[in-house]
Amino acid sequence: MAPSTFLDALVRLLPVAAVKTTVEEMRPFECDGLSMYRALPMCVALPESEAQVAAVLALCHAHRVPVVPRGAGTGLSGGALPDARALLLSTARLTRIHGIDRDACTARVDPGVRNLAISAAAAVHDLYYAPDPSSQIACTIGGNVAENSGGVHCLKYGLTVHNVRKLRVALMTGEIVEIGTESLDGTTPGGYDLLALMVGSEGLLGIVTEVTVKLTPRPALAQVAMASFPSTEAAGAAVGAILAAGIIPAGLEMMDRIATAAVEDFVHAGYDLDAEAILLCESDGTTEEVADEMKRIAEILRRGGATDIRVSRNEEERLRYWSGRKNAFPATGRISPDYYCMDGTIPRRELPRVLGEIQRLSRHYGLRCANVFHAGDGNLHPLIMFDANVAGETERAEAFGAEILELCVEVGGTITGEHGVGIEKIDQMCVQFSPRELTRMHEIKRAFDPAELLNPGKAVPTLHRCAEFGRMRVGLGRPLPFPDLERY
Amino acid sequence: MTIDSWQARIKAGAARCARLGIRGSGSKAFCAPPLSHDVIDTRDHRGIVTYEPEELVIVVRCGTPLAEVESAMAGEGQMLAFEPPHFGPGATIGGAVAAGLSGPRRPYTGALRDFVLGAKLIDGKGDLLAFGGRVMKNVAGFDVSRLLAGSFGTLGIITEVAFKCLPRPQQEQTRVLELDADAAIAMMNRCYAQAMPITASTWVGGMLHLRFGGADPAVRAAVGRVGGEVLANASEWWADWREQRHPFFSPEVNGLPLQRVACRASAPFADLAQGHAHQAIEWGGALRWLRAPLVTQVMIAQWARHAGGHAHVVRGAPSRAEAFTAIPAPLVAIAQRLKQSFDPYAVFPSL
Ligand SMILES: Cc1cc2nc3c(=O)[nH]c(=O)nc-3n(C[C@H](O)[C@H](O)[C@H](O)COP(=O)(O)OP(=O)(O)OC[C@H]3O[C@@H](n4cnc5c(N)ncnc54)[C@H](O)[C@@H]3O)c2cc1C
Repeated sequence: MAPSTFLDALVRLLPVAAVKTTVEEMRPFECDGLSMYRALPMCVALPESEAQVAAVLALCHAHRVPVVPRGAGTGLSGGALPDARALLLSTARLTRIHGIDRDACTARVDPGVRNLAISAAAAVHDLYYAPDPSSQIACTIGGNVAENSGGVHCLKYGLTVHNVRKLRVALMTGEIVEIGTESLDGTTPGGYDLLALMVGSEGLLGIVTEVTVKLTPRPALAQVAMASFPSTEAAGAAVGAILAAGIIPAGLEMMDRIATAAVEDFVHAGYDLDAEAILLCESDGTTEEVADEMKRIAEILRRGGATDIRVSRNEEERLRYWSGRKNAFPATGRISPDYYCMDGTIPRRELPRVLGEIQRLSRHYGLRCANVFHAGDGNLHPLIMFDANVAGETERAEAFGAEILELCVEVGGTITGEHGVGIEKIDQMCVQFSPRELTRMHEIKRAFDPAELLNPGKAVPTLHRCAEFGRMRVGLGRPLPFPDLERY
Repeated sequence: MTIDSWQARIKAGAARCARLGIRGSGSKAFCAPPLSHDVIDTRDHRGIVTYEPEELVIVVRCGTPLAEVESAMAGEGQMLAFEPPHFGPGATIGGAVAAGLSGPRRPYTGALRDFVLGAKLIDGKGDLLAFGGRVMKNVAGFDVSRLLAGSFGTLGIITEVAFKCLPRPQQEQTRVLELDADAAIAMMNRCYAQAMPITASTWVGGMLHLRFGGADPAVRAAVGRVGGEVLANASEWWADWREQRHPFFSPEVNGLPLQRVACRASAPFADLAQGHAHQAIEWGGALRWLRAPLVTQVMIAQWARHAGGHAHVVRGAPSRAEAFTAIPAPLVAIAQRLKQSFDPYAVFPSL
């Protein structure tokens, strides 16, 4: 239970319905998209303005109450997982679109605005917000900023970090700062690029209270080619050939056979079920550009050994081809009681080795695994299928996942391409970074939040935690890197 | 080993409270904090570590000449898409990152920091740290490698950087149109909002220069729509503009300080010095260059803030401090704590 003086002060700051303290009211906030971790917060606050956000933070700061920010709760790494000692701050009621500048091609919005709602509001000007996570119907722009989210069109149009111009941020003290500008400069002369630090900071540095995003003009035409391949190696090689030919497709995605089978059953996208892998390759631009580029893409796919190539003939068909890919996660959820989505990035040339190893691990752990892949930028989403009601399967799925992440680091990649570290991959941070690098990250955190009250225990492990993890690994015969450096 | 010796020098410097500067060729000294006389020359650490065109990744040591990197990439039909200014024949990649400057292509492909995938650095304690990596997408931990872009050697020596590469447009063509400033801004805004394959835009001396690039049919369609005259020697013209060799930038022409104003791309033209200023506009309207007397600085900065951006004096300010406008106190505090973390003994200069 929260100390009553704190709660008394809180309810004076906010409208009655904006504070939740009972178990029933707080239950909907107990987890994010990583539902194997659940906890109830001390209380939930749903501020309705930036001023209220600032006031809540200042109060928490004064009472030394930690704060866990939450957008829509679609995060897949437990970043918004509540903490029993902390206030959960939800942006669900901060949903205004302040304005769209159709000449500068920008939109200024509240943090709780849904990703897709920005594009919907900009559609009258033939503009849209380019980063398109598959969760875009639900996830918030504040959550996207916190995770530096990507989507299937990020190869050409960039990640969140490339599409955000300016943020208003409430610091833990309640002070409001502006980071970035409405111009093309992220940095103010004489300052550092704090915008780069804020994007992807997983709620550890400040609460985003307003976002100015770049809007992209809707291309005159988009077409997607769907190609079948007899092996994932051949599909991977075709991806490299397309990029090497100087083409940056609007989207370049791969799915393996287990994934296509799962989604075909669900959305009937018309995927070739005999193919070991399918590639989706989108071209967009003017009619002339698309015609020219599609011809070159089809030729490369054919030379790369595609057994079947279909090019969407209209918008409806294009969306149908994409619907399978965009629904890969829920489709997997239909063929398995539970699934666990991984998010490593690898240098693309390592794809055959990594997929081979995932297959071996799948047999070893006795768990099926489907693979969907942002192939153009090397971001792999293995979907491990398990049943939480079968004793030991959750633990096996987690161990399987951890091995995949460490494999990604081993081949020169990273443990997370777009879903964030959260609570889920916090131990693997000890594999990817040295104690000195982790210490630097803690200092960066304290530069913004000296009292260390924002989203504690997430994203960056303590060295103590790494030491524990290291001891466990020595037992398994897989010691951590940098064993010579001190961990305490 | 250069890295080892640099680490040793920094550690020794930290131990006796000495000051160290970091310098490549010195091409951007005019916009960097002044250095102490004890300087680490980054050109001792040079060369391309790996270049994998198919992966769209190049990894380069800090002292490598920018020109060498660009020519290696051109050989594979690729480029550094932020089109960095060199400001001198010997410009290094480390200096480009430390200065964080982008060229004419910036509004259409992105800024230097947008293409940084990872970096290694030796901080003010002499520790070698690595952040980011060599892959396109990476959200593990804070994005320190992008923070280093524009840090001007105040946080440590950037020893190695990985960049995302992009293909060069198959073809480029520049058209020139005679337009007044407001019409030019409107035209620049339109070219972007209507998804034209534009790659650069500059209005100077009453003439709007629009560069289009991409596949042949797309470029042909675009130049057909905008009309104007074809600019001969276009790549030279854009290189001169980027390098500030264009007469607009020449100190002799009017002897006035050069002020740089970043603003909303749609901000209307403003006569910011009652007729005393020469103005040029680029980056789709989001960057305004002024040759204007220093007495106009405050007024210009005010206008810039109102227009969603900021202003500073690039050349001709009496001191570095006087070139900038004030940053709000909470942000100054954050910057100071960051500096303190990377460089606790103040071995390197301050921003
Ligand atoms: C079916 C499905 C598909 C998905 N597909 C993709 C995909 O294609 N690409 C992708 O990148 N991700 C994807 N995700 C992951 C997720 O949708 C993204 O990470 C998204 O950005 C989270 O947004 P949210 O509003 O739900 O944030 P939440 O889950 O509520 O929070 C995420 C993190 O952000 C912090 N946070 C939230 N709001 C703020 C704020 N205003 N200020 C500061 N910190 C804040 C939280 O503390 C937490 O750490 C998918 C998830 C699901 C369930």
